[in-house]
Amino acid sequence: MTNDTTHFAGLRFMRLGIAALAAGMLFGVIGGFQFLFPDFLQELLFTKTRPLHVSLVVSWIFLVAIGGIYFYLPRQCNLPLFSAKAANLHFWIFLLTGLAIIGSYLSGRFGGREYFEFHPALSIPIFLTWILFGINYFNTARQDKGPWPVYYWMWGTGIVFFFITYTEAHLWLIPYFRENMVREITVQWKSYGALTGSWNMLVYGTALYLATRISGCEKYARSRLAFGLYFLGLFNLMFGWAHHTYLVPSDTWIRTFAYFVSMTELFIFGKILWDWRASLEDWQKNRHCNAYRFLIAADIWVFVNLGLALLISVPAFNLFTHGTHITVAHAMGSTIGINTMILLASVFYVIREELPSEIHARCSAQIRTGYWIANISLAVFFAALVLAGIGKGAYDGGSFQEMMAGIRPFLFAFSLSGVAMMIGFWIMLWHGFRLLGVVMAPSGVAEPEPA
Amino acid sequence: MSTLCIAFVIYSATIYTSGTAATHDQRMSDEARHGQQLYQEKNCVACHQFYGLGGYMGPDLTNAISRRGEAVSRAFITAGTASMPNFQLSNDEVTALVEFLRFVDKTGTYPPQDYDVLWTGGVSQEDDPR
Repeated sequence: MTNDTTHFAGLRFMRLGIAALAAGMLFGVIGGFQFLFPDFLQELLFTKTRPLHVSLVVSWIFLVAIGGIYFYLPRQCNLPLFSAKAANLHFWIFLLTGLAIIGSYLSGRFGGREYFEFHPALSIPIFLTWILFGINYFNTARQDKGPWPVYYWMWGTGIVFFFITYTEAHLWLIPYFRENMVREITVQWKSYGALTGSWNMLVYGTALYLATRISGCEKYARSRLAFGLYFLGLFNLMFGWAHHTYLVPSDTWIRTFAYFVSMTELFIFGKILWDWRASLEDWQKNRHCNAYRFLIAADIWVFVNLGLALLISVPAFNLFTHGTHITVAHAMGSTIGINTMILLASVFYVIREELPSEIHARCSAQIRTGYWIANISLAVFFAALVLAGIGKGAYDGGSFQEMMAGIRPFLFAFSLSGVAMMIGFWIMLWHGFRLLGVVMAPSGVAEPEPA
Repeated sequence: MSTLCIAFVIYSATIYTSGTAATHDQRMSDEARHGQQLYQEKNCVACHQFYGLGGYMGPDLTNAISRRGEAVSRAFITAGTASMPNFQLSNDEVTALVEFLRFVDKTGTYPPQDYDVLWTGGVSQEDDPR
């Protein structure tokens, strides 16, 4: 047992993230039913449930990724946090800002920007906490005299680029941007594309960290290939957003260049296919490990989503898929199938490392059940969205209501599978939340095993 | 790394300026600006899209004015529909929103009506204002 609790900040972030996902999924399910039955729960209009769902789910991604970094550095990498107080302050500002955002949505006060639908003033504390996080991270990580493994670079890049792209997402406040619709939309989606890239850096960095720890082999995280893929990811973060805006009348070269950049991801796609057999062998070795199981699910969803992403990045296909539910399938498949699976791997890895096996083994069967419910229902959810998207893609600009009636069976399947998925995730999240609480309890802190 | 970062700065600066120069001459009027503000305050983006970007509950509004006409747009905004609430907007607010939609309408065509699919998988849009 140890009295060192500096890594507790990370665990607090993780628990808050779990609560955010549980609530975010509930609002998502309500929103799904409002899609089908617009009168459903009129006290909570769709204009409120959608931002509640989106903001809470995005918070889950950030909170658990940040929590992992605050936990792993002092606890497992022998790098004491530069300032544990700053990490705790970060947590409390984040929590209070989150509550203010939820309150503003519920009272119907919006900033009206997609994905950041809160008043821009509430972005100020988010900016401040991010500066705090950046100072803490770089001062902590630089204690490692290097050379750094690739995941340190990925985490640092994610932090820096979040700050840049979040700033960019607020350029609309300047009339020069706001009063030119083409510029306004293009810059908005440039920032969103790169912002997604920046959180992917945090999440994929976590995935690499976990894979390294579970396999016990640090070699890959320092290999040329890992750094090559990191640079490819960074290149796509910077320049790979414009497939969102192929149909916005910006300069033609922006779209042509975006097409080229998107296709560089074919290399990652090929790499996954190439490594398939090795992945299967690893799966045989580690199949009893919950964290590893989540990483494998993420791997499969990377394959599916990257395939879809490559397809819809071809302008000829994009012409028909843009603005349809196929884009939603891609977004949901990525955030749930990839990011969420990796972050759950992080949560259950911490639990496995910190608690005696007899404690977490007691709920293994339930976690497995939740895992399969979540993944199978996600597959149905994904397929329903793709089919709805094909239906909308065939829409000829006539009656919007008729088009919506035509895709209604798919939206039903989407909503019902959403309920099943929420149940599956709630099972896992409950155990994750509870067991992290045990880790934080005075008697629950065990010394990590020596590396 | 530094080359990549310099390229990113140049690329961003180009997109902020010439890459997205206005495709139409009309400046945004005060009324349209008010409409834009209302569009955000009522969180219309939760359900509606411009250029296919936004929510999925309602139709894309890029060319709502030229396709449906001002009178129909005004009626929808004023009274709502089965799936859109009546936001109890004043006449001035409805007019501001219609002005904003009229402004957006002139920026381009969505979805493109006149285009060619190239052998590379690219698309050339003949109705692109550029």
